Amino acid sequence: MKTIQYIFGIALLGLFTMTSCSSDDNTIVIDTTPDFSGTFAQQDQMGRPAVNTVFVGSASKDAFNTTIPSQQNAAFQSMFQTNLTALSPAYANPGDQNALGLDAATFTGLLATDVLNVSLDGTTTFYDGTNVLTGRALADDVITVELLLIFGGEDFTENPNLSDDHVDANDKPFLSSFPYLASPW
Amino acid sequence: MKRITTILGISIVLVGSFFLIAADHIDAPAVQGTSSDITDFYAFQGESGNSIAFVVNTQGLLSPSATGNAAFDENTLIEINIDTSGDNVEDLVIQAIPRGDRMYFFGPISPSNSGLNSVIETSGIQSSVEITSYGQNAITATNNGMQFFAGPRDDPFFMDFAQYGEIIAGNATGFNDPGTDTFAGTNVLSIVVEVPKSQIGNTGTINVWAEAKGKQ
Repeated sequence: MKTIQYIFGIALLGLFTMTSCSSDDNTIVIDTTPDFSGTFAQQDQMGRPAVNTVFVGSASKDAFNTTIPSQQNAAFQSMFQTNLTALSPAYANPGDQNALGLDAATFTGLLATDVLNVSLDGTTTFYDGTNVLTGRALADDVITVELLLIFGGEDFTENPNLSDDHVDANDKPFLSSFPYLASPW
Repeated sequence: MKRITTILGISIVLVGSFFLIAADHIDAPAVQGTSSDITDFYAFQGESGNSIAFVVNTQGLLSPSATGNAAFDENTLIEINIDTSGDNVEDLVIQAIPRGDRMYFFGPISPSNSGLNSVIETSGIQSSVEITSYGQNAITATNNGMQFFAGPRDDPFFMDFAQYGEIIAGNATGFNDPGTDTFAGTNVLSIVVEVPKSQIGNTGTINVWAEAKGKQ
């Protein structure tokens, strides 16, 4: 008798569960539209690699990130020039240029507006020996390019100890197809 | 013993602050270690030749053991800004924001206002892709000629940042040959969007940049 009551109890419970399930399906409307409301304020900004890290003083890094690109040159170019000359004193010499033919003022004038220039008409690379600042590809050795432009002088031969970090490629091969980045470690 | 631990702790902090700032990884105090820290931004011609692929990486230096728990933040909007007119003001944006297990995308669309503050441009083309979990094969989606991905990936950035720190600190006079990739074996959270060139200016040069924006 006890067993029968037990079985009956389970059956009742099962019936109740089923009923409430189907009742839920009929009555609860699930809102599937996500909420996209609100205002979002700028916290980080990046165009070219390593710009904020190398050229902006530590007290100004947050300010640089929260300045729109069209106002960055006016606000930060002189700081960039001071920091570039401190890193690579040859730039202080009159007429000193890098291999792009840019002196301290024009080089930092280019970099202070932190946007990445991208060509829609062909090769996209930070620098490949021929094309300059037409994009940034995954395999581009952007740090060595920047070190060469900072330390390498007019023909990339100055300060060889400083103008190449000798890490020339990623630690995993990239994919030829979307999403291009290698799977995580 | 306690003193040694303290000294060791301090030197780890010091070394850490030298080591782990590169490309744009942990570039500034307010974003360091948050979901708003953009580590890198790439823009390059896609496989077809008719498109540009944009990559925005965030939350860098994830060890493999930390990657499974890393997540995009529903309060952080990632925005790709595109200037097609040469004035360094965005004419088009592509926005990405996670909701549940999906990353939603809006645009490319002319934003209702340019500058520091954004709203999500829900009148733009809406696309979405399931966020790929750690250990899962990459899940991609296509819509309106575009392709989308969101999830953990190997950090594509490479540099001997440790030695750069030694040089800047005055402890070394140059790089080593061969150098050591400070970012080897670490992961990032990636957003990849590939867009037909016809939707972002078609020809000529565009200026692009990435922003992370926090919900107010």
